[in-house]
Amino acid sequence: MDLFKSNSKGDENLPAISTAAIEELRQKARKLRRDVITMIYKAASGHPGGALSVLDILVVLYYMVMKIDPANYQDPDRDRLILSKGHACPALYAVLADRGFFPAGFLESLRKIGSPLQGHPDMCKTPGVEMSTGSLGQGLSVANGMALAARLENSRRRIYVILGDGEIQEGQVWEAAMSAAHYRLDNLTAFLDYNGLQIDGWIRDVKSPEPLVEKWRAFGWNVLEVDGHDYTSLLEAIERAHAQKGAPTMIIAHTVKGKGISFMENQIDWHGRAPNKDEYARALKELEK
Amino acid sequence: MTEEIATREAYGKALVELGQRMEKIVVLDADLSNSTRTVLFAEKFPLRFFNMGISEADMMGTAAGLAASGFIPFVSTFGVFATGRAYDQVRNSIAYTKLNVKIVATHTGITVGEDGASHQALEDIALMRVLPNMTVVVPADGRQTYQAVEAIARCSGPVYLRLGRPKVPVVIPEGLPFELGKAQLLKDGKDLAFIATGITVKPALEAAKLLESEKISAAVVNMHTIKPLDKELLLEMAQKTGTLVTVEEHSVIGGLGSAVAELVSENFPVPVIRVGINDTFGESGTPEALLKKYGLTAENLILAGKAALQKKKEI
Repeated sequence: MDLFKSNSKGDENLPAISTAAIEELRQKARKLRRDVITMIYKAASGHPGGALSVLDILVVLYYMVMKIDPANYQDPDRDRLILSKGHACPALYAVLADRGFFPAGFLESLRKIGSPLQGHPDMCKTPGVEMSTGSLGQGLSVANGMALAARLENSRRRIYVILGDGEIQEGQVWEAAMSAAHYRLDNLTAFLDYNGLQIDGWIRDVKSPEPLVEKWRAFGWNVLEVDGHDYTSLLEAIERAHAQKGAPTMIIAHTVKGKGISFMENQIDWHGRAPNKDEYARALKELEK
Repeated sequence: MTEEIATREAYGKALVELGQRMEKIVVLDADLSNSTRTVLFAEKFPLRFFNMGISEADMMGTAAGLAASGFIPFVSTFGVFATGRAYDQVRNSIAYTKLNVKIVATHTGITVGEDGASHQALEDIALMRVLPNMTVVVPADGRQTYQAVEAIARCSGPVYLRLGRPKVPVVIPEGLPFELGKAQLLKDGKDLAFIATGITVKPALEAAKLLESEKISAAVVNMHTIKPLDKELLLEMAQKTGTLVTVEEHSVIGGLGSAVAELVSENFPVPVIRVGINDTFGESGTPEALLKKYGLTAENLILAGKAALQKKKEI
């Protein structure tokens, strides 16, 4: 895929993306969604809703943006991504396998005993996982540490971190938000996977994080809002984040929980359960369209 | 380093010296750099010092990120905050990940003094000891702190180093080598053995000396590393003396006393008397008054030693 080569040059500006490339990414995302749902079906447990909402952000980062080399995945100058909402890891695993960080055969072992693919990401077990996450609210602090490290080493590597919208109810996120702004971490780009749902229901009913844009801005961040399933918009936002000097960027990505599988979309029931045989077959059929 | 010095002060000085030799060392503090003495490093290496403000959880995560990128972060704040306040961050972002973060907590134990119970960490050893991959070190004096800081900087993986607030006399003989996980037999004896850690090594030595006049031969072991425990020396002392008295400026639940009791009960059961804080919070007072009230004195250790001998006879 030609478009993968675009991220190896070290350019600040990302290349313009063609309609054909977008279509290619869409097909890739459909394949990855099939992987996600297959993984969770075979594991008989997991979190399909949040994995499907975050997947397109991961696709843009791992296929268009990040400077990474699966064959040399510990290169000190690689870009790094932390999936702070660790429960969405089936999406990350699908992407990492597809990019060649580990054999695709690993995916079938998700959540099973002895598997390199744990129920929540484990950096000691899974190649390409930069940080163990799962206990919510911790990823942004770690990303800040990585961004400080990059600066100390005068490296141009970039740090990306994805937070869940429910996750930002954790106080540590706001401690970290202050730190990132205080230390002017412009090599850090955060995404908020704003799918609007958390385990107990709609976020606005459980404990509203709004007004989100104003909050992050007041904390000293450059804030952008995009459709988290639109590749062109995501790419444009990332490019603007890269151009930002003196402040970290938060890209609030409006997403749909369960995106891509009609009967899972916006349904809280699909936060943390696996499809049965019939549901799995229906999901696969929809994703083959 | 021969003078009376607080272990936190020795830490600050050691950091400055190590900072010159090891450029990957970075230091983080949570608005207590004057108290933890990381201010000395901050003055010397401002670009490698990060004040994270009063945000201990965030500080632990930031340290994890620096460690994941090849740096050696030393993270300091008071013991209550380093272990209790940020426990989940230490557990998930540092211990589970085996990252090379050195958590150096000062103001532990009751000798925090006047600030009182809210600031006196009496359960921190317990909290850190149960975490897989975590090394737990409690030096006995300033001299040993200096050695311990270098040792933990050079070992790989997460460490909890427990330091105190007040000045403490030097008790470790000059030239005695320090090795992580290797306890020090400071005084041999055959009737009982005091197993002490941190600033309680001093009263243990004093008690052993006073017991001599009563023809009781007490050994003193400085258990400066509580995890991994020096099983070899402990079992040797259990076999030789037949009873152990553990001494710590920490709750008797979960700390050194528990670690020793766990070991001997499975391998060579002998009576173990645990001296420490008896399942209670601390309170305000001078360090001296508190040590006396909570029984961390040579006088009380003599009583504990005799109780241990009595238990041994009853078996």
